[in-house]
Amino acid sequence: MGQLLAIEVVYRGVFQKTLAKNITRDIVLAAHNEGKLGISFGRYGDAPERNGIPAKGFAIVANDEQTLEEGMAQYEPKQVDVTVVLDDTLCKGVESWAWYGMLPVHRALKPGGTLIVISLEDAPTLLKSIHRREKPYKLGIVKGITSFSGMWVYKDDHTDVRVLGAIAKALPELFSLKSVEQFINDKLKSSAKVASARLDFERFATVDVKAGQGNPEELFKFDLPGWKDMRGGVSVKGQPQGGPYADPVTKQVGGFRPVRNELFKKYSTRTERPVVNFSTCTKCTLCWLNCPDASFDVAPDGTYDANLKSCCGCGICEDVCPVKDCITMVNESEFHDNNSQWAEFRKDKDAYLKWLETTIQKAEPMEKRSNGFRYRGQYQEQIPEALEIAKKG
Amino acid sequence: MATLTIPVEEKKKIHEQEALITGAEAIAIACKLADVDVVTAYPIRPYDTVMQYISQLVADGEMDCEFIVAEGEHSQFEIVKHASVCGARVFCGSSGVGWMYAMEALTVSPALRVPMVCMVGNRALDDPGAFGVEHNDALAVRDLGWMLTWVDSAQEALDMALIAYRVAEDRRIFVPLAISCDGAFLTHSQALVQIPSAEQVKKFLPRYNRGDLLFHPDNVISVAPQVNEDWVMEVRRQNYAVTEIACDVIREIYADFEKTFGRKYGNPFFEEYMTEDAEVVLLGMGTLSTPVKVAIRKLREEGKKVGFVRLRWFRPFPGPELAKCLGRFKAVGIIDRDFSFGSPNLSGVVATEVRSAMYTGSSTRPPVIGFIGGLGGREIIVPDVEKTTEIVFNAAKGKAEPLTQWIGLRG
Repeated sequence: MGQLLAIEVVYRGVFQKTLAKNITRDIVLAAHNEGKLGISFGRYGDAPERNGIPAKGFAIVANDEQTLEEGMAQYEPKQVDVTVVLDDTLCKGVESWAWYGMLPVHRALKPGGTLIVISLEDAPTLLKSIHRREKPYKLGIVKGITSFSGMWVYKDDHTDVRVLGAIAKALPELFSLKSVEQFINDKLKSSAKVASARLDFERFATVDVKAGQGNPEELFKFDLPGWKDMRGGVSVKGQPQGGPYADPVTKQVGGFRPVRNELFKKYSTRTERPVVNFSTCTKCTLCWLNCPDASFDVAPDGTYDANLKSCCGCGICEDVCPVKDCITMVNESEFHDNNSQWAEFRKDKDAYLKWLETTIQKAEPMEKRSNGFRYRGQYQEQIPEALEIAKKG
Repeated sequence: MATLTIPVEEKKKIHEQEALITGAEAIAIACKLADVDVVTAYPIRPYDTVMQYISQLVADGEMDCEFIVAEGEHSQFEIVKHASVCGARVFCGSSGVGWMYAMEALTVSPALRVPMVCMVGNRALDDPGAFGVEHNDALAVRDLGWMLTWVDSAQEALDMALIAYRVAEDRRIFVPLAISCDGAFLTHSQALVQIPSAEQVKKFLPRYNRGDLLFHPDNVISVAPQVNEDWVMEVRRQNYAVTEIACDVIREIYADFEKTFGRKYGNPFFEEYMTEDAEVVLLGMGTLSTPVKVAIRKLREEGKKVGFVRLRWFRPFPGPELAKCLGRFKAVGIIDRDFSFGSPNLSGVVATEVRSAMYTGSSTRPPVIGFIGGLGGREIIVPDVEKTTEIVFNAAKGKAEPLTQWIGLRG
């Protein structure tokens, strides 16, 4: 068997669907400049038409047809040489719409493989989110704003070629920078893009992540039943009703927390989370009523606490809340746990409100964001900023 | 897999370009090259990729056709049926339950002699809801007069679409034809494809000429009257007559395809892989060819003489030819990506058809073991194939193996 190389691109549905498809296609075409053969495809069970959903695209490259066929003889690569993460909040885990459960972002990465993340953060910060594992790997950051666009628009902010440049450095067996440049000149026809690819090739560097280094959180696991153990009639067990729960300080029991599906939590879809000011909440119920996923727990004191393992960050609660700054959607990369905000508030009100004040300042200005989406479609406006970062690194 | 029959320099003249495209996009490009007149669309995954790509070609000014978004699959197929009767070259398609929703429109087309070409992006029938491949959708029309083909690569999808128009629109044929593409594995995987030039396609594919069946003021006819018992038998016999000659017409057209494009498919109806010295063979349709071929190469290294037959045309079923081929081996394993509950031996559709063909077409009676696997998009992996091969070898040695077995099943 000849050499078989696999690259996986983890991205967010809709916003990065075209970007991911372009990157996997470009990988194959750039490698083809060196006479290699390849295919690119998306993970079919994903639903990349759904806002923010974690999804995956793949490129498989080989020197000869038979080896390529061996790579194609499976649904998707079980091991990849490089994993590219197009939004750094995906480092918290990937739970696709299909039935795979919540998985660490580097699950398929070979021992010693390279994890490439588009991010403005540094490696120690990202490692607070990226789960620890037994096999060491390399982590490299392509410094940049997360490139989000829409179903019908593509924001040409050079993220595609910057990733190609970084891959050429991380995995020289795949293709050389020269082949990437040739591909860009032939197919994308942009000297500015050639320059961007070259810059990221030159400055791409990795840190070694050791076994056991990273986020210690244990992700939930489950087994799939055999056909004799499954219920008949294509039916699954539903969730029981929930009930009241205790205030962590007074131990007073009240409110209502629905029982939620432990096997499908949805929160890895989130790119922003609601931050709630419980001291200004008027208990008007609008957030709770309008939440499409019933993600609000009714706290024992009658306020509403967004359950952060259930919330997928659509932002409707912020939209319907009538009180100024009572619910604010803040970039998910600011957070490193899913703990109850209300419990924190109850434990130390002043500390919570102080934290809230500084945290909501990090939110994008209201006019710049829309529900479930960090940026409100200002594709053209954001490109200069993105290109500036691409230049500076 | 197709092999090149002309020198590389010649090939350059024929092939306009090489592109990295999905199987669905390959079919869309074939529609462009065939200068299709009317396309109807209604979204369902995985077929919808072809519809999206055609609409893009139209929007980009690369393709000139009536692109009609219907309000459902039934209308989608009705519209192209009528357009075809009026002389338009048409394209349509669907997947899974979308195809089933169109069923009434699908049943009427063969008798009306409508040469519509369709793409079925094979998908499991609900319930349970699933996007993945299963062949029962396209197979639902197997008794109705449709021609049914399965392809296993984007290149073959493009070539088959061109061949499909030539076959379906041949005056001796004039029946609808569906090209089945496995959901995900083919419809959504981008592979390198050679795209021929429009001039070359023009040489291969003459304009659709409906002749005396054209619905037009200059050719006054009435189509689809109510006839009852006076006429039905004779109408059915006409469709039967198509199936009597179809294999010969297909052979003729493949020979012409090879001459025009320099790509050779050998036997049009099925592909044989490492069968020359094989003791046993596996048989299946669609993209399961990839894991099967990889497994066979591995098994050959271990000295196990196993081959593979990939059935390309299911309707017309190449009965005598296939029976003759399979009769050479000590045992045959059929992998069905479909089911036929309650069928003889409780086997899948292909295994049942193959056994029936062999009863009359082969003088030898090797055991035929049916396997059901890969349903709903589950991958058929190399170890699955190794296991099935072992079972088929056991049958060849005279061990009484169950005639139908499930592979890759939990529990």
